[in-house]
Amino acid sequence: MSVDLNTLKTPGPTITALTRPFWDAAAEGRLMIQHCEDCGKAVFYPRPICPHCWGKRLLWKDASGRGRLKSFSEVHKPGHPGWLPAAPYVVGLVELAEGPTMLSFILPGTRPQQIGDMLLLAPTAIGGRVLPAFRQIELATEEEPR
Amino acid sequence: MSRAKGSIVGIGELKPQRLTQGVTTLEMIAEVSRLAVLDAGLERAAIDGLLVGPQVGETPQHVPATIAEYLGLAPTMANVVDLGGASGAGMVWRAAAAIEAGMCEAVLCVLANNREETAPRSPNRNPIREFDVPFGASGANISYALLMQAHMAEYGSTARDFALIAAAARANAQLNPDAIFYGKPADAEAVLASPMIASPLHLLEIVMPVAGGEAVVVTSAERARSLGKPPVHLLGAGEKVTHRAVSQAPHLTSGPLKNAMARAFQQSGTRADEMDLLSLYDCYTIMVATTIEDAGLCAPGAFGAWLNEHDLSHKGDKPLNTHGGQLGFGQPDLAGGMTHVVEAVRQLRGEAGERQIGNAGLALVSGNGATMSEATALVLGAA
Ligand SMILES: [Zn+2]
Repeated sequence: MSVDLNTLKTPGPTITALTRPFWDAAAEGRLMIQHCEDCGKAVFYPRPICPHCWGKRLLWKDASGRGRLKSFSEVHKPGHPGWLPAAPYVVGLVELAEGPTMLSFILPGTRPQQIGDMLLLAPTAIGGRVLPAFRQIELATEEEPR
Repeated sequence: MSRAKGSIVGIGELKPQRLTQGVTTLEMIAEVSRLAVLDAGLERAAIDGLLVGPQVGETPQHVPATIAEYLGLAPTMANVVDLGGASGAGMVWRAAAAIEAGMCEAVLCVLANNREETAPRSPNRNPIREFDVPFGASGANISYALLMQAHMAEYGSTARDFALIAAAARANAQLNPDAIFYGKPADAEAVLASPMIASPLHLLEIVMPVAGGEAVVVTSAERARSLGKPPVHLLGAGEKVTHRAVSQAPHLTSGPLKNAMARAFQQSGTRADEMDLLSLYDCYTIMVATTIEDAGLCAPGAFGAWLNEHDLSHKGDKPLNTHGGQLGFGQPDLAGGMTHVVEAVRQLRGEAGERQIGNAGLALVSGNGATMSEATALVLGAA
């Protein structure tokens, strides 16, 4: 993957009024997810009611930006033609430290990906927008999210 | 064993083809419906129930009415079953339940799809489109690759274990002249040598999309006895839907089929190891692996050893997808799931010809939709 990801003609998110805070934060390089005031659980993706308890008191909070790689795939034949110039690239399931899992783009690391890898938020310009991508935490240093 | 909840009395199938030219899905539905109703030995007018699938790009709404009008039917029960690859199996128990509820007496369950070169991309606007697609994860291949990678990491299952599933499907397809891979066997080495699509998933571990159509007719067990063909009884069913996007899956190495199959076994008073045919939904090799484990045929993670211990051909001790599965037959979109029902009926009737299982009495049929999200299981029994 040597292509400038920002030049890709990839499909962007279909943003709604409800999900706007997530994408506005993403554009600023932050990861914001909802937290339920009623049951205390974190919620991803954004919803008008908590899927755990159906409570309506959902607050947007900055996530820690830490996660764990639950699974990954190196994509050789993308499902959308806009991704072809970037192939092969890696997508993964990121279990956020807050609890929920999100699918994300995994930047190339110094080591091959492994399930269980600890990840850090790595905001990345892809297809003309900044997306909350992730990358491996370097083993040598206890990194903090930017 | 429990009493029959209803019976499958007619089957229809169109030979799969890679592409259609100017043929509508509605036309294919008409052809395959006629085959199933003729096979049942019923008059057209006897069909008073209709279950159909979604018709993306052709008839977004009013699908049952459009199909009823086209076929000249006036059903007293009509609905869409929208469970992806579980739709076919999902139709069978719904048909029996509608009959039991007194709404109708003979239900046509039909799924078909054309496949034109210029098919439009579906204009989704939902969470999977908003939160998965922008990160480079479009389509089912990547989702199933993520499930497969998780299985390999959790249990140490190997690429070769998975390849054996595709090879077995290809081998069984050599006895089905209608299969898209008839005359084209592929062993495990060929599967492993095929291009990597999304690691760890190889090309030959993925179904070939085709045009096709499948239909069955369901009626009451009482009525079934008066018809020409040996009825195939629905003895038990189960269903469960847990999520849509792979990122939201509660588990990556076990799915809702586990609960669906447990219910189908419980309702029918049968066990997984009693099945004479395993007619298991096989969009990808990983789906068969997980279903074997979720059925309780082996311990979680042990499908590779199980495969090595059993012969999956019609002559073997554990016949699995004797029509070649969708991996060998081709996947006619939503109708692909119904191929597993149609083949089970053939086997339980003793109509499978060259690939007939000896004394086939019980079959497990599984249906799976989206990314191990929508699950339906049926236990079918010979008359
Ligand atoms: Zn809550």
